[in-house]
Amino acid sequence: MKLVIINYGSGNLHSVHKALEAVNNNLENPYEIIVTNTPSEILKADKIVLPGVGAFQDCKNAIHKIDGLFESLEQVVIGEKKAFMGICVGMQLLAEKSLEFGECEGFGWIPGEVIKIEAPADYKIPHMGWNEVTFRNHELLNNISQNTDFYFVHSYYFRTQKNENCIATTKYPNPITAAVLKENIFGTQFHPEKSHNNGKQIITNFLEWEPS
Amino acid sequence: MLKKRIIPCLDVDRGRVVKGVNFVDLIDAGDPVEQAKIYNSEGADELCFLDITASSDDRETLFEVVKKTAENCFIPLTVGGGVRTIDDISRLLHHGADKVSINTAAVENIDLVAKAAKKYGSSTIVIAVDAKKNGDKSWNIFTHGGRKPTDIDALEYCIEVANLGAGEILLTSMDRDGTKIGFDNELLSTVSSSIDIPVIASGGVGNLEHFVEGVLKGGASALLAASIFHFGEYSIKDVKTYLAEQNIAVRI
Repeated sequence: MKLVIINYGSGNLHSVHKALEAVNNNLENPYEIIVTNTPSEILKADKIVLPGVGAFQDCKNAIHKIDGLFESLEQVVIGEKKAFMGICVGMQLLAEKSLEFGECEGFGWIPGEVIKIEAPADYKIPHMGWNEVTFRNHELLNNISQNTDFYFVHSYYFRTQKNENCIATTKYPNPITAAVLKENIFGTQFHPEKSHNNGKQIITNFLEWEPS
Repeated sequence: MLKKRIIPCLDVDRGRVVKGVNFVDLIDAGDPVEQAKIYNSEGADELCFLDITASSDDRETLFEVVKKTAENCFIPLTVGGGVRTIDDISRLLHHGADKVSINTAAVENIDLVAKAAKKYGSSTIVIAVDAKKNGDKSWNIFTHGGRKPTDIDALEYCIEVANLGAGEILLTSMDRDGTKIGFDNELLSTVSSSIDIPVIASGGVGNLEHFVEGVLKGGASALLAASIFHFGEYSIKDVKTYLAEQNIAVRI
């Protein structure tokens, strides 16, 4: 089984890769992990991970600059329904649009938009650090306790149009989407690769996940 | 609730951890990768490496240390010291740093802050500020590891870099660094109340009460310490337990 991490120059690529490898090495049947931006490789993937840090528009542009990259992602994730996980901006890209630095279209795989965090004046932006996550029960959150802390760094968040697509939230102090899910498409606003043992558990759950 | 972060800082010289008192008298305190592993398992919320290697020839060892640490620690790692160009940032991120801290180069070339934030995202760019008191509620910044004075006002500078896209300020009090008499909470609160981005308190922590004061009086989002942890005076757990007892939200 092949797991592909999409390389489009994202700053957290290395961290995501290392965390996935560390978890994968403990699996009974480890994946072959490939870091690539080559469409023909992506088309052979059984699972896909899309990292992302920085500005929404820069990430989107970087993906579209690589010939055939987005089309191959769409083919595997939407066409063939292979399990997908987006992290941070890699998750926000799933939205229809973002309002960061003007309006920018996203992949449109999950209805909703990416908007600025609204918080009282004494709340620092970016929302940076460890914050508690509450969630709906799902196998992707197996062996995680309610109110477990995960590591966040972001100024914008994904407001999903449908409640059913938001499976986890945090509070700052208003509710913020912490994870999204739609069929085979999963995304976390927090960084599992930087969230120590609980982050590794999320990665384990994703590696073991078989979306129906 | 968002937790206050406890960040052990390792000063690294040619691949070894050292820590100065008032930036001189370096004492060897061990192997950075081993120390990072301990902090990672003890519950540190982030790690910070500050490379104080003088010669650029010796800097290659830093990249190896960063790489090995990133392979073993799954918490955010900030690396600073001698970061001068976009290429330096890129290399550190490529070796596994999650954030890069910039000090002198940002003062000398303020455009670097905006460029770096644009290219790698604000959350990746930490601006390190070494500040020394020069009067009532007034501080000037120093560059070159605290050796070179400037006439730049610390508060104005912090506001400027925040506007240019810095994600965080690592604010070190030169007056307090190595003294163990507590953070300069007046400096911290002056800066923290004037900018929207998080401020990391640094310099002067000597006991558990100092951590509490950094949050309650200084308004810091995160607390950085070096020698207090390295020589086993207090563990990360001691600090967090004490903060929790004072009703300050920490990740236990």
